[in-house]
Amino acid sequence: MKINGYKENFELFTSVDLHKTSKLIYPNKNNLSKDKYRDSLDKLLDELPLKDGMTISFHHHLRNGDYVLNMVMEKIAQRNIHDITIFASSLFPCHKPIVDLIEKGIVTRIYAAYISGPVAEAISFGKLEKVCVMHTHGGRVRLVESGDVKIDLAFIASPTCDKLGNISGKHGKSACGSLGYAVTDAQYAEIAVAITDNYVDHIDEYEIEGRYIDYIVSVPSIGDPKGIVSGTTQITRNPIGLKIARLAADVIRYSGYFRNGFSFQTGAGGASLAVSYYLKQIMREHQIKGSFASGGITGYIVEMLEAGLFDKLYDVQCFDLEAVRSIRENKNHIAISASKYANINDDAIVNDLDFVILGATEIDLDFNVNVTTSSTGIIMGGSGGHADTASGSKVTIIVSPLFNARIPLIKERVLCRTTPGESVDVLVTERGIAVNPKRTDLLENFKRTNLPIVSIEELKEITDKYLGVPEEIALGDKVVAVIEYRDGTVIDMLRQKLNR
Amino acid sequence: MNRIRRSMLFIPGNNPGMVQNGDVFDSDALIFDLEDSVALEEKDAARELVKQALETFEFNAELIVRLSPLDSPFFEADIEALKKLPINMILLPKASVEGVKVLEKQLRGTNINIMVLIESALGVEKVFDILSTSERCLGLMLGGEDLCVDLNCKRTKSGQELLYARMRVVNAAKALNKFCIDTPFTDVNDEEGLQKDAEFAKALGFDGKAAINPRQIITINKVFSPSEHDIKHSLRILEARDIATKEGKGVFAIDGKMVDLPIIKRAEYIIEVAKKLKLVSDNDED
Repeated sequence: MKINGYKENFELFTSVDLHKTSKLIYPNKNNLSKDKYRDSLDKLLDELPLKDGMTISFHHHLRNGDYVLNMVMEKIAQRNIHDITIFASSLFPCHKPIVDLIEKGIVTRIYAAYISGPVAEAISFGKLEKVCVMHTHGGRVRLVESGDVKIDLAFIASPTCDKLGNISGKHGKSACGSLGYAVTDAQYAEIAVAITDNYVDHIDEYEIEGRYIDYIVSVPSIGDPKGIVSGTTQITRNPIGLKIARLAADVIRYSGYFRNGFSFQTGAGGASLAVSYYLKQIMREHQIKGSFASGGITGYIVEMLEAGLFDKLYDVQCFDLEAVRSIRENKNHIAISASKYANINDDAIVNDLDFVILGATEIDLDFNVNVTTSSTGIIMGGSGGHADTASGSKVTIIVSPLFNARIPLIKERVLCRTTPGESVDVLVTERGIAVNPKRTDLLENFKRTNLPIVSIEELKEITDKYLGVPEEIALGDKVVAVIEYRDGTVIDMLRQKLNR
Repeated sequence: MNRIRRSMLFIPGNNPGMVQNGDVFDSDALIFDLEDSVALEEKDAARELVKQALETFEFNAELIVRLSPLDSPFFEADIEALKKLPINMILLPKASVEGVKVLEKQLRGTNINIMVLIESALGVEKVFDILSTSERCLGLMLGGEDLCVDLNCKRTKSGQELLYARMRVVNAAKALNKFCIDTPFTDVNDEEGLQKDAEFAKALGFDGKAAINPRQIITINKVFSPSEHDIKHSLRILEARDIATKEGKGVFAIDGKMVDLPIIKRAEYIIEVAKKLKLVSDNDED
């Protein structure tokens, strides 16, 4: 099968046993120049060898407050360059101006682990000339070090940068904490540019070494720090979310893996955060202390570190300003790269996880999870670290309401497979908990509890009784997005959305 | 044994999301409300929604509907609709002896029972008579908010203004072997306050407490369930009783304290409730 803009000899996903690439490229840059600084982006772009068909990379640590991607792409567009591949770790609603560049053929291909907002819609409706590749956070590093993607130019939003190009995310007016996703870009790009709004003489502690950086540009502002806070970092007050969270915390407690030194990761959604709230109570009650929590870090997890409930936090990205403060002040709050976080070729943190709490927009009877599209087939997210952590963690717990108004969670078959059911262990809903039948150990442990264990088929029956079975969504023939598993095998292909 | 009624959750009858999800919060009973929480112009919509929900969905909880007051223009339509529904009880607001009589007449030929809402000074004084009016009347709920208006006093968190009413209604209910449910705690964000209020109500003899937000259910259920300590102690009493019976002893002691019939009865009751709540298995008694 030929997909426009995608490698021809791709392999289809068969199982969670990883296909490892034998030959890896290792970074060998060592730019020690003292003449990296340029005082405007225009001057630098005049100097750079811009050409059609380039791959340009960006990171998403400034989340929905990022100015850098739009700023750079606007200038590139002005220079009449076409057929650009954007290799961004994630794209947010603030990147709306890219839609215009897609329509003009300036941007023709996109790689990202997560896309929400207007760009996601444009891709879903087939506006992108070539394909969109949706990888995982760990898979992004693999793409680069395996040579599948070659970054021509990396523009790294840098909250603080010194004269040598050393970059820190912890300081400056646009501080965003960890710069985990940008490390690969700096190490592997043909040309790496630090774009900063806090250019200083010298910094001692940095997340990205100056020898990987070729140019430095000062701009008035790289982003709006308010945009870093994703808006979902408060514990939910919704009673259904709270019930699900309570049950999920009990699943952890009775799983057989809840003991001193356990490790834990949860997302920033209101219900996922609420799991930490209940877990905190259970940890205190049973005097259990965890070794580490990882992932995107929120103020709530910081509180648990400060309360002595975890020894360390491994942070690939800060979700709020509390996390930014903590990573600056607390030596046990440790910034890690995306590779250390989730790359299959690295000794990744996700492989040491005992528990991960994840969301889902759809799940099917084989426990396959969709977090890439809405139930109508429009892209509204992506794996991020979903498939990575599900694969690495001993117990992968999905939390979600069984239905949202009239939209069911459980489908016969998910519209888009982001994370394979093989790596998903427990589904917690407000009306019962379903355990993947292959986890006989968990099923055995839960037998001795009051937990409402049911089969996923029974949960689907309840849903169908309440909502009926929705009609299948009709999609077109054109493949608009390829969904890559963390090892680069193709786990699904998303087809064009035809109408609203 | 009677049904366990630790918690009763009010659900506004015109809120589809809450009606649909009412059953997931582990409340022992659900009270679909057609009265105070529904605006005048929404009364018919609420009645229709509750009717459709009760006819369509299966609920595990005990089902109760609070209908519009007897003297309101909606009472007739409410009662007509409710008579045909699979509900356990009707909650009669502003209950009086006359009101129960009217409702009793309307419910003839159905299996629907009555629960009375005692929420006026006169209602408190007449509570024994109201409860005795009908066999169908299984119990009461105290309505603190309206009662305070009637008493012309401020409703406080400590609830001292309700002390007399609480004690009086509990005594009347227990004298007639009927259940009694305490008034809701209205600050839904004050978990500690709710816990104290529920503990106080339990100490007075209430069987359970009303909730106006699903988030209150856990605390209420916990307070009105037998504690781990109570269960363990009761199991020891019953074990000692069995040994004493085998050995032909009439009286026995635990930890140096004499155990007599009322204590045994209370232990039996606690274990029965605990079993029903699956806090103890049948084997634990052996």
